[in-house]
Amino acid sequence: MSTEVVVASGGLDCHLMSGCGFPAPGAEIFQFDAVFTFTIGTLEFHITKITLLLLLCVILILAFFSYAFRKPKLVPRGAQNVGEMGYLFIRDGIAREAMGKEGDKFVPFLFSFFFLVWLSNFMGIVPFAQIPVTSIFAIPVAFALIVYVTWVPIGIYKQGFFGFFKNMMFPPGVPKVMYVLLAPLEFMSNIIVRPATHAIRLFANMFAGHLLIASFSVAAFYLISASVVGIIGSAASFVVAIALTGFEVLIQALQAYIFTLLAAVYIGGALHAEH
Amino acid sequence: MINVIAAVSTVVVASGEGAEEMPSVLAVPIDELIIGIIAFLVVFGGLAKFALPSIKKTLEDRTNAIEGGIERATAAEAEAKDLLEQYRAQLAQAREEASAIRTQAQADRSALIEEARGEARVAAAQVTAAGEAQLAADRSQATAALTRQVGELAVTLAGKVVGQSLTDDARVRSTVDEFLNDLERQAAS
Repeated sequence: MSTEVVVASGGLDCHLMSGCGFPAPGAEIFQFDAVFTFTIGTLEFHITKITLLLLLCVILILAFFSYAFRKPKLVPRGAQNVGEMGYLFIRDGIAREAMGKEGDKFVPFLFSFFFLVWLSNFMGIVPFAQIPVTSIFAIPVAFALIVYVTWVPIGIYKQGFFGFFKNMMFPPGVPKVMYVLLAPLEFMSNIIVRPATHAIRLFANMFAGHLLIASFSVAAFYLISASVVGIIGSAASFVVAIALTGFEVLIQALQAYIFTLLAAVYIGGALHAEH
Repeated sequence: MINVIAAVSTVVVASGEGAEEMPSVLAVPIDELIIGIIAFLVVFGGLAKFALPSIKKTLEDRTNAIEGGIERATAAEAEAKDLLEQYRAQLAQAREEASAIRTQAQADRSALIEEARGEARVAAAQVTAAGEAQLAADRSQATAALTRQVGELAVTLAGKVVGQSLTDDARVRSTVDEFLNDLERQAAS
């Protein structure tokens, strides 16, 4: 495991039966010191491992797709083929699925989200990176905020200011009395809870996954000792850590897909009031 | 939900005081938030402006190419069918014409034969008529000549009979015989 986990585990000498308690990893493994800082106006920017990894993700995405789509051929090959699969997956599997033919306009938006979130998640299992960028709460919040300030104005623009809130808070086909209960609930659920869950869902999955892998890695290291329990425990923890890493690959892609699909569903709902 | 808000507000308060204690994992530092937003906007801007339009166009071109190919094939098939119909129509027309020409030729031939036959019949009739007329003329001529000769002979015979003694039977008989012999000689010569 990378150095910060080793450090977090209480030092290289901390093992079972060495008088050292199990140094369970906690919130501190999600804290990174600034590599350097700079100030714009009154705001101080801390460039940490997270921001550098995010920058790496941005560069990799732009580089790969610029390369893949630089001179697209009618008969695709190599990188273009891979890129096209991604494009068609977003277009047919997410945009058109959620919004119909209208969704074509939003393909670049959703495409950017899917690959940025996926690669940010994927950093969790890249050797030496080994931290999902999206496990730092500010990043999913930033992404969810962009989605939020996209679909709300679209809804107001398409349905009118009052129409937008009326369609949201007074869904048709409900007894009138129920609106007393339903209207505030719908408002809460759409305007406040929706962006929060959008961000937290992604963050919590990545956070928990990373914490699990870190815990079992630390355990594998901590349990190395001159005892049967220690050896067996260490080996088992190591195997579990590897298995969890494989499982994380799945979760990373799934969460990127869910995040993007939800963005598409929110925008689709804003384009047309649900009847 | 309430926990989240509480945690975030604690963090904001904590960072506002510049405390060095461990911040919550739910902290949302403004600088990270801004960096996250910029990161997305850079990806979105770059992809939407440079990478994705070209692939969108290529995919549309490909769809068009495939649809265009099918259209072209359909058009070619229709044209081929038209041509075939045209050729068949022409062939049928040619056959009809040939048959008409044959029928016409047959009709012409019969007409020619009929005409020739008619002409031949007319010519034969003329020849027959001419022969008959000649025959009639010859006969009348012969009759006339014979009549004249018979008259002359009768006169001659009568003169001879009258010139001799009618009492002498033997002489009469010999005169008649001589006359008849003369006649035979005349006929023989």
